[in-house]
Amino acid sequence: MASRLVIRDVDAGYGAVRVLHGVSLEVREGETVALLGTNGNGKSTLINCIMGIVRPDAGEITLERDGQRMELIGRAPEEIVHLGITLVPEGRRLFPKLTVEENLLLGAFRDGARRDIPRNLAFCFEAFPVLQSRRKQLAGNMSGGEQQMLAIGRALMAAPTILLVDEPSVGLAPVLVNRVIAKIKELKDRYRLTVLMAEQNFNQATKIADRGYIIVHGQIAFSGATAELREHELVKKYYLGV
Amino acid sequence: MSQRAFLAVAALVVVAGFLVSRVLTNQYYYFAAYVILQYVVLATAWNILGGYTGYVNFGTPAFFALGAYTSVVLIKMMNAPLGLQLVGGAAVAGLLGLGIGYLTLRLRGVFFSIATLALAVVLQTLFVNWEYTGGARGLSLIRPATAPLFGHYVQFLFEVMLILALFAVGVAAWIEHSWIGRGLAAIRDNEEAAECMGVPTLRLKLVATTVSGALMGLAGAPFPYFVTFVEPGSVFDLNYAVNSLAMPMIGGSTTWVGPIIGAVLLGTAQQVATVTISSALNLLIVGVILVAFVILAPEGIVGLIQRLARRREGDVRLAHGKAT
Repeated sequence: MASRLVIRDVDAGYGAVRVLHGVSLEVREGETVALLGTNGNGKSTLINCIMGIVRPDAGEITLERDGQRMELIGRAPEEIVHLGITLVPEGRRLFPKLTVEENLLLGAFRDGARRDIPRNLAFCFEAFPVLQSRRKQLAGNMSGGEQQMLAIGRALMAAPTILLVDEPSVGLAPVLVNRVIAKIKELKDRYRLTVLMAEQNFNQATKIADRGYIIVHGQIAFSGATAELREHELVKKYYLGV
Repeated sequence: MSQRAFLAVAALVVVAGFLVSRVLTNQYYYFAAYVILQYVVLATAWNILGGYTGYVNFGTPAFFALGAYTSVVLIKMMNAPLGLQLVGGAAVAGLLGLGIGYLTLRLRGVFFSIATLALAVVLQTLFVNWEYTGGARGLSLIRPATAPLFGHYVQFLFEVMLILALFAVGVAAWIEHSWIGRGLAAIRDNEEAAECMGVPTLRLKLVATTVSGALMGLAGAPFPYFVTFVEPGSVFDLNYAVNSLAMPMIGGSTTWVGPIIGAVLLGTAQQVATVTISSALNLLIVGVILVAFVILAPEGIVGLIQRLARRREGDVRLAHGKAT
């Protein structure tokens, strides 16, 4: 099942504040794409547009699968999850007073996913053994790194074809950032998951990304393969302080 | 509890209620028990929106009164039997729940609560000015003097309310253990996250307001025959708002057992106080108990028991750990 996410000329914002100006971006089957940018440049807004949480004012967001094109704008988040796109939200956003297992089950809320719960739960526990040993624990009582693992596991419970990850490194100790990033890479390598990852930590993101986009003030300033990104002067200016 | 066990217990309770009504002849007990059971329905209904979903509703009097007034209208129009009154009251109050859900569910926290409080005030003003149902003066109704099998009509109403209470609890327990309940718990815990994960939040909240409203209307529907005199001041009483909120909080708001415990405990205490001390003392009792619980056991009686059980389990495990 070949799927591709295409974003074309998207404008979006909140009330009078315009955040995105004509953003175009593409994620192809099996790729890990990094959306890079410092705080306040529109990364999360773009992710939220894809999920149907923020409604763009112009442009199109389409999911292509087996030659079929589906417009995502105007669909509710639950429909978009239904189409196979799930989100690991910024700051994890778990259900802190529910158990690890209940959190995972909520990732499989849609009818289609409920049938596959045993299989997807087994998959999550295989990918994240720590979740299995903690399944009866309250999510809010786990460490930050474990919570991030749970957030990823929860998003995998709907068996997505495209996984959106919004700032997985936020609020984590450097050693945990390494572990989370390594885990995403492992998912991609072992299960051929397609990933779009918004991240401000340039070094971490380029470790695992095939391609990247740099977003500055709501516009894509540069896009290219990871090696090209490292050499680009924008990167030097914004990230490496050269 | 499994579904079959629940149904068995429910059937036993209904039969027991009927047998009691054969033996016990003092009418007061039926009046008191009716009021307590009515609170079981109201507290359970409130808990579906307030406890499971986390939206604190102060509008209980609006739904309760709408159920009661629907019965009044049905009686005046066509002398409708009690069964029709129940269906009508639940349907109209459920519709109000659905409409109010659409209007107010964009509001969160205290703003939602204020909106529901306003709903009760607006609706009361409406009924004060509606002559057909007696306006501010109220309306006297003549109920059947007796019911077949039961004798005195109040005994029959007691049995009806007992069945309604079991029905409400059954609905709440079913919701709690279904995917609806799981989704509602997600909304209570983190609504944005629920939305991100593809939980259809608006639809689930509308289910909650509708079911909760309908059950409150169901509690109000037999009320005109129970008191035989309906006026806005008594059916829109703030008591209903405060009690239906305090009872689940005191009993424990995350399970269907909590509202029953709270309603039986608080309802009984109020009935006893009304007879022995004074009827004006009711709200004070509720207030003091509620404050005590918020401070000492914020998760209610059920939460307290669960916490103690966990601690004991922990102790046992510790003891085992030392032994080995």
